[in-house]
Amino acid sequence: MYRFTYHQPVTLDAAVQLASSTEDGSYLAGGMTLLPTMKFRLANPSDLIDLGGVEELRGISEGDGRLRIGASSTHAEVAASALVADRMPALAELASRIGDPAVRNRGTIGGSIANADPAADYPAALLALDAEVITNQRTIAAADFFTGFFSTALAPGELVTAVRFATPAQAAYQKAPNPASRFALVGVFVARHADGVRVAVTGAGPYATRYPAFEAALDASFTPEAAASVPVDDAGLTSDLHASAAYRAHLIGIMAKRAVAAC
Amino acid sequence: MATDQSAPITFRVNGKDVEGHVEPRTLLVDFLRDTLRLTGTHIGCDTSQCGACVVHLDGIAVKSCSVLAVQAAGREVRTIEGLADADGPLHPMQEAFRQHHGLQCGFCTPGMVMTAIELAQLAEPLTPERVREGLEGNICRCTGYHNIVQAVLAGAAAMRQ
Repeated sequence: MYRFTYHQPVTLDAAVQLASSTEDGSYLAGGMTLLPTMKFRLANPSDLIDLGGVEELRGISEGDGRLRIGASSTHAEVAASALVADRMPALAELASRIGDPAVRNRGTIGGSIANADPAADYPAALLALDAEVITNQRTIAAADFFTGFFSTALAPGELVTAVRFATPAQAAYQKAPNPASRFALVGVFVARHADGVRVAVTGAGPYATRYPAFEAALDASFTPEAAASVPVDDAGLTSDLHASAAYRAHLIGIMAKRAVAAC
Repeated sequence: MATDQSAPITFRVNGKDVEGHVEPRTLLVDFLRDTLRLTGTHIGCDTSQCGACVVHLDGIAVKSCSVLAVQAAGREVRTIEGLADADGPLHPMQEAFRQHHGLQCGFCTPGMVMTAIELAQLAEPLTPERVREGLEGNICRCTGYHNIVQAVLAGAAAMRQ
């Protein structure tokens, strides 16, 4: 790992100020991606701004009919939250299946979405649960947040402070995990809201996206059969050593069908 | 505030306060092994996957190859060496691994035991399937999982008595 200067701010303002005053500083959340990346010398930030001491980024609460999850909430905290389990058990279930226990004890929701790994689980939940990403500067709709392969709408130095989720009537997440990493080969989040069904897919392409064809089919008939009948084009999907694009396309249908059945 | 690299940082490791000079880039596992000579915590993969380096940080199981030593400053670290006194009885989870032959080469064992102790402390009932899920992040290259699962079930039962 290359040298860097370590900072431990205790307020949001101080963290943001540090980010703007350092040459090439990076925020450090749980570190489950950033630290291994730095160990491989694939990342070389001049400064690490550890967010672990910033109390404003913590906590899970409810307001205006939405569930607010602080950016520093670990996957283990989301999985164990009684409030999350009551309002949207599918989200607690998703969090409980990220990586492994030690990773869930450190990794955070803010870090996961800011990293925008194409095979991360949370992005599918954000899109299907009509989430808003709150930053130190503004509110970004989930639909506008994920913009490409490991890319988000975040400006340099902009910090995710919380995610606010709309409570669905029904929801479920199903994934085909990579057996080694537990990242999603394909993950499908289905959520039934008052204004319609949302279906979001992660792992299949360069970044998580909604699948309108599934949404239309499930608006007409919210059944596993309706999900299974939607054809999936493999154009633009990922092919790698883990799975071909055609197999990923196949898995989207299977996971969508299972998610509807689990609702 | 940037951490002053010349200032010693205080850690609490296995119940004892320890002062150390660490560079920010020093990983917790390297500090434990190289500076404190607590070599029971192993480095198996260096890619955060194998779990041989699991220790408890404020009671929570973490992969010490993916935590900076400075992040443990002022906090309580517990390693495999902190589970039992040198001359005293083994921790119930260690004893269960011994009784059930939950190890072959033994390299993964410290991480397995530390992960298993956290698993045993969760409120939920443990089944063989739940133990296998709980050990998702710990790899045994001898593939001796069957006895490890038996050991964790027995160790957890002993801890709950």
